[in-house]
This record gives sequence, C-alpha cells and structure tokens, in this order.
Amino acid sequence: MTGRLTLLGSSGVLMMLLLTLIFLWVPTDIVLGISQRIFYFHVPMALVAFLAFVVVVVGSIGYLWKKSERMDALAYAAAEIGVLFTTLMLITGMLWAKPVWGVWWTWSPQLTTSLILWFIYTAYLMLRSYAPQGDQGARYGAVMGIIGFVDVPIVYMAAKWWRDVHPEAVVGPLADEGSLEGKMVIAFLVGLLAFTTLFAYLLMERYTLRRQESLVERLRYSHV
Amino acid sequence: MTEQTDNPLRAYSTRTPSWWAPILAILWKDVLLESRTREMVMPILVFSFLVIVVFNFVIDPKPALVTAVAPGVLWVAFTFAGMLGLNRTFSMEMEHGGIEGLMMCPVGRDLIYLGKMLGTFFFILVVELIMLPVFAAIFNLPLFEPGLWLITALATFGFATVGATFSAMAVNTRAREILLPILFFPIAVPVIIAATEATRAVLAGDSLGDYSRWLQLMAGFDVIFVVIAALTFDFVLGE
Repeated sequence: MTGRLTLLGSSGVLMMLLLTLIFLWVPTDIVLGISQRIFYFHVPMALVAFLAFVVVVVGSIGYLWKKSERMDALAYAAAEIGVLFTTLMLITGMLWAKPVWGVWWTWSPQLTTSLILWFIYTAYLMLRSYAPQGDQGARYGAVMGIIGFVDVPIVYMAAKWWRDVHPEAVVGPLADEGSLEGKMVIAFLVGLLAFTTLFAYLLMERYTLRRQESLVERLRYSHV
Repeated sequence: MTEQTDNPLRAYSTRTPSWWAPILAILWKDVLLESRTREMVMPILVFSFLVIVVFNFVIDPKPALVTAVAPGVLWVAFTFAGMLGLNRTFSMEMEHGGIEGLMMCPVGRDLIYLGKMLGTFFFILVVELIMLPVFAAIFNLPLFEPGLWLITALATFGFATVGATFSAMAVNTRAREILLPILFFPIAVPVIIAATEATRAVLAGDSLGDYSRWLQLMAGFDVIFVVIAALTFDFVLGE
C-alpha cells in the first residue's frame, strides 16, 4: 500500500514540476510557437498508451500459457488504461493540430493508426463486458489482445501506403516538427516519467480492483 | 458426382487419415448443409446487390465519377457481405448442438478452425464472384480482369482468417450481432484499404507491378492471421 501511495505522490509531484517547466522554463519553439508546449503531455501519453498495449499482449500470452488469473487481470487493467490514454492522446493531438496544421484531423499514418488502435482496444473492452465472466471471457480477451497487437504494424503500413496514393489535402505551413533542444529534452523526460509513474499507479490500482471483482463474482456464485 | 462428393468423408474414416482429411470433411459438411438449407449464399448475394443499388442512389455515379467511387462501393458491399457470412459461420453451429459435435471430433482444434474458415472463405467468394459481373454491368466497368479475381480471393481469405475466430467468440456473447462487426472491422482495416486501392489501380489500367505491394500486404495479413488464429483456436473453443 505504501508503495502505491509513493507512486501516486511522486506522479503528482512530477506533474506539478512538469507544469512549471512547461509554462515557466522551457523556451518557445521557433517554428511551432506556443502550441508546441502541449507536446510534453501529448507524446508521453502516446508512449504510455503504447506501453499499456504491450502489457496487454504480455498478459494475454501469459494467461493462455500459464492459465493464471493474475495475468488476465493485468491484461484487462492495462487495456482500460491504454484506451484512456489513447483517448487523451487523440484529444490533445487534435487540439495541437488545429493551430499548427489548420485542421482538427488529418489521415496521416500516425493519426490513422492511433484511431484504429483506439477502436481495437475499445472492441477488446466491449468483448470483455459482453463475454461470459471467468475463464471463457478471459480466453476470448487474450486471443483478441494478441490479434489486435499483431494487427497494429499492418495497419500502420497500410495507412502509410494509402497516404502515398492520396497525398495530404491540407499541408500546414508548419507541418514539420523541429528537433528538440536541451531544455526541451529535459521537460519531455520529466513528462515521460510523470506519466509512466501515473500509469504504474493506475495499473496497480485497477489490477487489485479487478482481482477483487472476480473474487466477489466467485463468492456470489458459490453461495447460490 | 456421388463418387466425388463422398470422397472427403471416406478419406477421413480410412485407417490412415491425413491431416487435410478432417478439414475437407468439415468443409464438405458446410457445403452439404448449404446445398440443403440455402441460408448463406442467396441471402448474402441479394444483400450485397442491394448495397450496390442503394449506393447508386446516394452517390449518383455519373460516368466521370464512376472510376473514383466504384472501388469503394464494391468493397463496402463485399465487406458487408463478408460480415453476414461470418455471422453465419458459427451461429449455424449453435443450432442442434452442432458445436458440441465439432468439439467432440477426435481431431485438432486447428483443423476444425481451418475447415470452418475455408467454408466461410468459399461461400463469401462464391457470392463475390457472382457479384463482380453484376457490378461490372451496373457501373459499366471492365471488371473481367484476372488481377481483380486475385485481389478478391486474397482479401476474402483475410476476412475469413480473423472473421472465423471472431465469429466463434461472438456467438457466445450477449449482443452478438453487434459485437462481431465491432471486433472485425478495426482488425480488417488493412485488408479493406489494400483491396480498395488495388481495385482502383486495376480500374485505372495499372500493371501488376504498380499494385503488387497491396497484394503482398494482403498475402502477409492472410499468412500471419491464419497461423495465429489456428494456433489460438483451441482457447476460443475451450473445453
């Protein structure tokens, strides 16, 4: 329990530090201007979302291999948090795209893949809630977790080639991202650390809750 | 005809069953069932025809517009048709304990998967091969291209690989009719993109070399997912 509180606390402190760095310390990007500051939230959230989906596939394979309920709870918890961070990543991305590219949305390979990623893991969560409880639902989830993960690079490739055939309709004047200079790298790393600790905290919290949920479920049926 | 048609079953019952015999037996069971019930090919055929007709009214494809919209219309119709076929793949096994019969077969679950998957592939492909000339006539397009048949076969195989697995899952869930497309479409996105773009290239008169990467993408998808789905099907069926 103390470990978990430490994680929550350090994530909170790091978030405060990150906000201070973003608004008071980091220099404004020459090319992208003030809007670039959302980068320190947007990219860490994207990376953490991807980390969550790696945890889903690891938990899925682990469940099928070892039949351990812990692995399934881990996969489920990670999928939920992954969808949450993907949603936030898409929203912050759109907020950033509007001033920089002049559009809310464009079908670039990254954006297309992120959206499909969101659909795949939303489908995973729906499958889990509509499938029977217990072993069967866990097996279905694990198979979906594996198929979904393998599909992502194929989606990316298809979206990339599709872009070659259909060139971007709106190419913003500032579409190119500049490279990061020293202070920006530090702020980015603080952001990454802040969101990774937040992810670790949420994962542990959701994992425990999921375990308790299945325990309650089992107790309920054992007394009927 | 009777000689040939009995073959798969007999091959399975002989002393030296080869690995493909159970696959053919399951495929043959589905073909036989379809020939007696007619619940798969005809409804899907009529439905995909309807999709094309409805698209004709909502888009109003004038001759100048046809080549731009035709690939999209064709693949929306085929994807929806495939969706209906996938729904039937395992829902027909839920009647009269068909699924229990399949699970009691003394063969590997991967072979059961391959049999059901090939059946689905076969039925959807039959519908599509009938629809292609109809589509060509309605939109006045040259669709008698071998390249187009190859695209259709590769894409449909891809639909069947993941679709058969999702169909087996969805029949055991609540809200099964709506869950199957939600599982299927995001995973099938690369195949839908590849098939549409390759069809566009064929209609534009491009050579095979120009769109071969789309074929490779679909072939890669087919191989990867037929292996993953066959390996994991044991977990989908359960005990």
